Amino acid sequence: MGRQRRGPDNHPVVRPACRRGPGPAPGRRTEAPPASTEPTAGGPQAPGPLASVPRWRAHRPVAAGAIASGVVSPRHDAPAHNDADPTGPLVLASGLTKRFGDFVAVDGVDFAIARGESYGLLGPNGAGKTSTMRMIACMSPVSGGVLRVLGLDPATDGARIRGRLGVVPQEDTLDLELTVLDNLMIYGRYFDMPRRVIRERAEQLLDFAQLTERAHDKVDPLSGGMKRRLTIARALVSDPELLILDEPTTGLDPQARHLLWDRLYRLKQQGVTLVITTHYMDEAEQLCDRLAVMDDGRFAAEGSPRQLIERYSTREVLELRFGAAEVDPRAVVAGLDGLVQRTEVLPDRLLLYAEDGELVLGEVHRRGVVPESALVRRCTLEDVFLHLTGRSLVD
Amino acid sequence: MTALATPTGTGRSTPPWVRSLHYWIAQYRRTWRGSITTSFLYPVLYLAAMGVGLGSLVNHHVHSVGGVRYLDFLAPGLLASTAMQIGGNEAMYPVMAAMKWLRTYFAMLATPLTVLDVLIGHLAWIALRLLMVTTIYLLVMAAFGTVHSALAVLAIPVGILTGMAFAAPIAAFAATQLNDTAFTTIYRLGLIPLFLFSGTFFPIGQLPGWLQPVAQATPLYHGVALCRGLALGHLAAGPAAAHLAYLVVVSALGFAVATTTYRRRLIT
Repeated sequence: MGRQRRGPDNHPVVRPACRRGPGPAPGRRTEAPPASTEPTAGGPQAPGPLASVPRWRAHRPVAAGAIASGVVSPRHDAPAHNDADPTGPLVLASGLTKRFGDFVAVDGVDFAIARGESYGLLGPNGAGKTSTMRMIACMSPVSGGVLRVLGLDPATDGARIRGRLGVVPQEDTLDLELTVLDNLMIYGRYFDMPRRVIRERAEQLLDFAQLTERAHDKVDPLSGGMKRRLTIARALVSDPELLILDEPTTGLDPQARHLLWDRLYRLKQQGVTLVITTHYMDEAEQLCDRLAVMDDGRFAAEGSPRQLIERYSTREVLELRFGAAEVDPRAVVAGLDGLVQRTEVLPDRLLLYAEDGELVLGEVHRRGVVPESALVRRCTLEDVFLHLTGRSLVD
Repeated sequence: MTALATPTGTGRSTPPWVRSLHYWIAQYRRTWRGSITTSFLYPVLYLAAMGVGLGSLVNHHVHSVGGVRYLDFLAPGLLASTAMQIGGNEAMYPVMAAMKWLRTYFAMLATPLTVLDVLIGHLAWIALRLLMVTTIYLLVMAAFGTVHSALAVLAIPVGILTGMAFAAPIAAFAATQLNDTAFTTIYRLGLIPLFLFSGTFFPIGQLPGWLQPVAQATPLYHGVALCRGLALGHLAAGPAAAHLAYLVVVSALGFAVATTTYRRRLIT
C-alpha cells in the first residue's frame, strides 16, 4: 500500500475535504508559507470550507502551510502536539498503576507513544488493557505513577486533554433511537464545535465509514460492524490528535472486521496516532507499529510485531496433533535439540519451534512418529504470547 | 497556545453543561408530539373527572376545602403533584439508561464534559421538561376557570422547584442502583402515597393527627400549599417563604449528594 492514494473502490484514500484554506490563512501563523509547501498528503485539492482555524480548535497549534487534509488532518510536520515538549511523546507513562481497592489492574507500566505511531496493547481479558486505555483517555484517575497525555497531566487537565482525543470505547455508547447523523451532530456539540462545521465533518466521516446511505436511519437496526464504524466516525468528529480504540473489532464477523481494519489502516496512513487494545494477534500484527504484550497488569514485552517474534520466538513452528493417541512429547522431541529450540505442550497439540519446520517434520517422520496432522507455519504474536506467559491468548 | 490569535466569526463558546443539555433536547425532539399531547390530556382528564365530576358532590361541603369550589382547590394541587411525578420519573429511568442501558453519560465523559457538566445538564433538562408541563397545566387550569390571581403564573417556577425537589434526590439515588427494580418501590411507597395524601385532594387537616407532620415533612405538601396559595391569591409571605426554603433545601441537598454518587458511579 505505502503511498497508494486510491482505495479499491477508487476513492481517494486521502480525501481533499476539510482543507484549511487556500494560501496563508488568517488566524493562523502569519508567516505561513504559500500552499505549495504543503506536506506529504496528495490527492486533488479543493478549497476547503474552513478558511481559518475554527475557534473550537484555536488552542491547537496548526502546521505552517495549508494542510491538505484527509478525514483527519495529516500532522506529519505539525510543530507541537505535546504542549510541554513539542518533540516529546504524545503519551508518556512511568510506573503507571491502577488499583481498584486491593486489586491491582495495572501494575507499574512504562511506555511512550510517539506522534504518528500506532501503538497496541495486546493481552487476554483482564490483563489491564482497558484500565490502561481509560487512564490515557482521562476517564479513569491514575492510582500511582506518572502519566502525561499530550504533555499534560490528566489529573489537572483532563477536560482539556479529552477535547483533543477521540475515544472508541469497548462497549458502544451510541444513542440507538437517534439517527446516524444525529449521533455525530450531538457528539460534535460536546466538543463545542459549531453545527455547520460538524455537518461538514459528518459528511466526510459518513463517507469514510461507508454509512452515507444510512445517515438518516436510526442506529438501532444497524449491524454490529456498522455501529462500530459509526463509533469510530464519531470519535473522529473533533479531528482528534490521538485516537484510542478499545477492542475495536471484538464480536464482529470476519468480513466486518476486515472492513474495519481497512478503515483503521487508512487512518494510520494519514498519520493519525492510534492506541489500540486487542486480544486478536492478527489485529495487532495488521495495525500496530509497536505493541506491548500485557499480562496480569504488567508489560511482558514491548516492540514491533516483527521484533517480538524475532526476540521471543523462532521463524517457524511445527504443529503436531495426535488425536486420541497417547504420545509422550518428550519422546517426539528427544534428540532434536539442535533443530527444535522450544517445545510447547498444549491440550490438543504439540508445538515445536524451529527455524525450519519442514526439516523438523522430516526428522519426526524418520523416527516413525505418525501424527494425525502436521502443520508448518510462520510464528505469530500468539506464539510470542504463549512463550511469554505460558498461556494462549484467546480462550 | 495562547499566542495564536482567536479567529473571528465562529461565535462564542457554549458552557459545557449546556452542551450536555443539548443531548436531552435532541432526544426529546423524537417524542415531543406524544409528550406534549399527554401533557395537555392529563390535566384535562383529571380536572374534568376529579374537579368537575367529583367536585359537584364535594361542593355541598365547601367549608371543608377552605370555602372555594373543589375544582379551584384541586387544580393547583394537581399541578404540583404532576411536577413531582415528572421530576421523579425523569430522574429514574433516563438516569439508569444514561448509566447502563445506553451509556450516554460515558459517551459524554469521553469528551471535554465533566461529571458535573453531565449532572447539571441532565437536571437542567428535567427543569426544562417541568417548565413545559407546568406551563401547559396552568393553561388548562385557566381554560377551566380556576385561575383567580395574576400570581398564579408563579405556580410555574414553584412547580419546577417542586419537581426538582424530587428529581435531584432521586437522581442521586438512581446513580447508586445497578438496575431499575428499586424504582417501582419508589413509585409504590413514595410517589403514589404522596400524590394521595399530601394535600392535593383534601386538606391534610383531614388526616389522623399523627400523620399530619409526616405529610408536612414531604416536599410535595409544600409545593401544593404554594401553588394553591398562588392560584387562589391568598398566600401569606411568612408561610410562603418557609415552603420555598424547604423546597430549595431539599433540591440543593439532593444535588449535593448527586455530585458524590454520580462521581462514584461514573469515575472508576
